[in-house]
Amino acid sequence: MIFEDEPVPGYPLPILPGHTSPGRFERVLRAGAFAITAELAPPDSADPEEVYKRARVFDGYVDAINATDGSGANCHMSSMAVCALLTRVGYAPVMQISCRDKNRIAIQGDILGGAAMGVCNMLCLTGDGVQAGDHPQAKAVFDLDSVSLLGIARGLRDDHHFESGRKVTFAPRVFFGAAENPSVPPVEHRMRRLAKKVAAGAQFVQTQYCYDMDLLRAFMKGVEDAGLLDKVFILIGVGPLRSAKAADWMRTNVPGIHIPDAIVNRLKGAQDQAREGRDLCVDLIQEARSIKGVAGVHVMAYRQEESVAEVIDRSGVLGGRVPWYPGRDAQINEDRKTS
Amino acid sequence: MYAVRLWSVRHARGLSRVYAGFESVLMKLAPLFEKIGYQRMERPVAAVERTVKGLLFDCKMCGRCVLSSTGLSCPMNCPKQLRNGPCGGVRANGNCEVKPEMRCVWVEAWQGAERIPGGLEAISVVQAPVDRRLEGTSAWLRVAREKSGAAK
Repeated sequence: MIFEDEPVPGYPLPILPGHTSPGRFERVLRAGAFAITAELAPPDSADPEEVYKRARVFDGYVDAINATDGSGANCHMSSMAVCALLTRVGYAPVMQISCRDKNRIAIQGDILGGAAMGVCNMLCLTGDGVQAGDHPQAKAVFDLDSVSLLGIARGLRDDHHFESGRKVTFAPRVFFGAAENPSVPPVEHRMRRLAKKVAAGAQFVQTQYCYDMDLLRAFMKGVEDAGLLDKVFILIGVGPLRSAKAADWMRTNVPGIHIPDAIVNRLKGAQDQAREGRDLCVDLIQEARSIKGVAGVHVMAYRQEESVAEVIDRSGVLGGRVPWYPGRDAQINEDRKTS
Repeated sequence: MYAVRLWSVRHARGLSRVYAGFESVLMKLAPLFEKIGYQRMERPVAAVERTVKGLLFDCKMCGRCVLSSTGLSCPMNCPKQLRNGPCGGVRANGNCEVKPEMRCVWVEAWQGAERIPGGLEAISVVQAPVDRRLEGTSAWLRVAREKSGAAK
């Protein structure tokens, strides 16, 4: 969709009534479109071009790009830096904030700083334990948890003060999100935890990978019964699996990933496992879309980001819509300038 | 002790009733505490609290006890010290992501909460971030002081 007041990249959109951010991502969701987000793996590099290269592969297929914050407790370029680079050219990034590495002083500073650099979406996370990553010798901070972080973030935006009560002169205008994992214990209580996040300030949710559609349906039913559907936008986490072996490795070694045997067996039985993995991802997206209350999908295609466009395209969920990317509306902007 | 901690959650109903009685005693003693001076009471009471709650719950003396809102499963035993629910890394068997041999304290917490009348409502309340200055201080005395102060 094209917004009439689409700005020159780098300039914020006007905030519409009922919206909390000047961001395009919030607009797409509130307009009722099926939203697509994708995860960008920040580089192990100080070269900004690496970031732009990784973003460009999503052009025309995603509404927002998540920049992970030391995902899996591995060291990479920081989420805030990636987001700041992305906003320079107009992308809509989702800045991920993990409670693992920073205390409340640093985190609140980042929320202000991120917002100042044009970041309109922030995802409040607990974070993986340090034991999972490449620096298991590091100190885990966890001064806050994801829920108390959401509360502090909302306080900054809506009440214009830090946790300490000290005032901020210009509040960050941000659309805040949270994560949820419908596939791991205690599954019967997961929607209760989500309810706490919504009560604390979560406006959108991006889930961990959902490969078990029965669990997802049960979760969404719980969310609906709890009356949360009109309070939060839920994007379901999906991703192409490269092979049966990779799937098996992931579910054994990466915390929080549940992949049913049926999925692994489907990959095992295929001639071209990578292709089958993409087919499976298309099926999952279409199935997720058919579930009541699902507002979009969040595609995590680690090390096969180039397949995201194909998978989204084949799933047909965009329905002909072309999400904004730098240069999409070159002609429109040109006309605006001359008129 | 880990085994005792699990036992306490299994007996959350009885223990929470015992605590309710204990809290009313604390409240009655509040005027006495005030006379003696909370400052002077702090060290001996904290020592007793550390021993009793340490034995029953592996209490970490965060100073802002939320056991009655967490099914008597102490959230400070979570390696991430999460006070509002489990992370997304809980293992399929209900054990901790960081310590694979330990039950997730939040899987335990919900089981405990189901055993306590009103436990599920209490566990749904959003907990504010913990004030790290209170670490090592007595939550019992704080309850006596704050609740008796509020009652006045």
